[in-house]
Amino acid sequence: MQLIECPNCGKREEIEFHYGGQAHIAYPEDPAATTDHEWSDYLFFRDNPKGPFAERWYHGGGCRRWFNAVRDTTSYRFLAVYQPGERMPALPGTRVTR
Amino acid sequence: MLDTTPGTAPGAALPDHPDFLWRNPDPKKVYDVVIVGGGGHGIATAYYLASRYGITNVAVLEKGWLAGGNMARNTTIIRSNYLWDESSGIYEHSLKMWEGLEEDLGYPLLFSQRGVLNLAHSLQDVRDSKRRVNANVLNGVDAEWVDADGVKELCPIVNISPDVRYPVLGATYQPRAGIAKHDYVAWGYARAASALGVDLIQNCEVTGLDVRGGRVVGVQTNRGTIAAGKVALAAAGHSSVVAGFAGIRLPLQSHPLQALVSELLEPVHPTVVMSNAVHVYVSQAHKGELVMGAGVDSYNGFGQRGAFHIIERQMSAAIELFPVFARAHLLRTWGGIVDVTPDASPIVSLTDVSGLYLNCGWGTGGFKATPGVGDTFAATIANDAPHPLVAAFTLDRFRTGALVDEHGAAAVAH
Repeated sequence: MQLIECPNCGKREEIEFHYGGQAHIAYPEDPAATTDHEWSDYLFFRDNPKGPFAERWYHGGGCRRWFNAVRDTTSYRFLAVYQPGERMPALPGTRVTR
Repeated sequence: MLDTTPGTAPGAALPDHPDFLWRNPDPKKVYDVVIVGGGGHGIATAYYLASRYGITNVAVLEKGWLAGGNMARNTTIIRSNYLWDESSGIYEHSLKMWEGLEEDLGYPLLFSQRGVLNLAHSLQDVRDSKRRVNANVLNGVDAEWVDADGVKELCPIVNISPDVRYPVLGATYQPRAGIAKHDYVAWGYARAASALGVDLIQNCEVTGLDVRGGRVVGVQTNRGTIAAGKVALAAAGHSSVVAGFAGIRLPLQSHPLQALVSELLEPVHPTVVMSNAVHVYVSQAHKGELVMGAGVDSYNGFGQRGAFHIIERQMSAAIELFPVFARAHLLRTWGGIVDVTPDASPIVSLTDVSGLYLNCGWGTGGFKATPGVGDTFAATIANDAPHPLVAAFTLDRFRTGALVDEHGAAAVAH
């Protein structure tokens, strides 16, 4: 089983985690003011890259906190983990979709 | 008889390799229609473009080998018992086409209408199932509600004991549903399309789409530039990547979806059983393997493989439902990449780029739609207007909000 490094708890088995999709998607400041296009972008449209992807993960079986990770969607390898609110760490030579 | 005369090369007397079912041409410089993706949908679309809509100057470009993606990896279930009118329309059209497909293609497909049971495990499941049965009947789709004893009668190896974690309370039953041999379906379409002049080009990966003045004019590939009057995308899990070449963003997430087969067994399982709640669906192939599918892996993935704990959960669900399976041995597991939409319905659509057409988002259930979408997507391409049966499945519905929510009938958890 794949081990995922939680920034709070360290390496744990994948089964302890839940996936939260693309990271760095902010809830619209004023949802009622968005156009249909902007609102549908927020609701339904996420990036779907083949390669490095900045994602949210939840460690339900441990600290019960959300964190962010950069993971390669082809190899499933985690390239970095970081706290929510933090900027994505620099990954030289890597083009990350976020 | 093997020729064992000394001095003869080993195998020299073996029979000739059988004829190939399709030509293996080099790409031409120009086509009327280029289809990106040589899976079931792409090949079927090419076949109907040529056979029904009179467009034979067609190429199907496949980056790997023909029908080696999800067409080779699905669990071959065919049914049309979806909830909404729009879905019933396209899936029932497809099922009716399945019923005449062997004659149409002149090729055996091992199409077997052995019926499908979609199990209900909770009171809410029961209510949803009965509602779906009623909706199906109103749409002319054969469907009935059967109670737990009825399930046992149709499939004696199902455990209907009340003291399990997810007891079987009943099921929807579609007698005309069934399975077909997926490879034969691809080969049958490929053979017929090739005979009508369609070029099926393998090992040809599309690396770009040429758009000029808002109109698609060709594709870039690892085998050179190919000009095209129209380009149709049928790239399943890679749809986001390919559409991205034309700057089109799709509401898709690509997930790993796993399946497995057991060793060959005597016939024990006469029908198809699916359970949305416990994430397993099972049939027995003609050859004897139990074919089982899982739910999707939660994360996005393009690796054509998934996590082991998904298989473990799927097996525990299967063994609770079918205690007899506990003694079967696993033969192999594999994964495909499924492109999932927010409403679990497909996208078959024109785009903002003139001459560029989309067929994607079939998620976990595209195999059953192969004939139906081949026909209606071909019509959409030929007429540059949506076929009535796919008119609801536009890309635009995610802007207008006119979704077709089929999470309940999709039957694979995602």
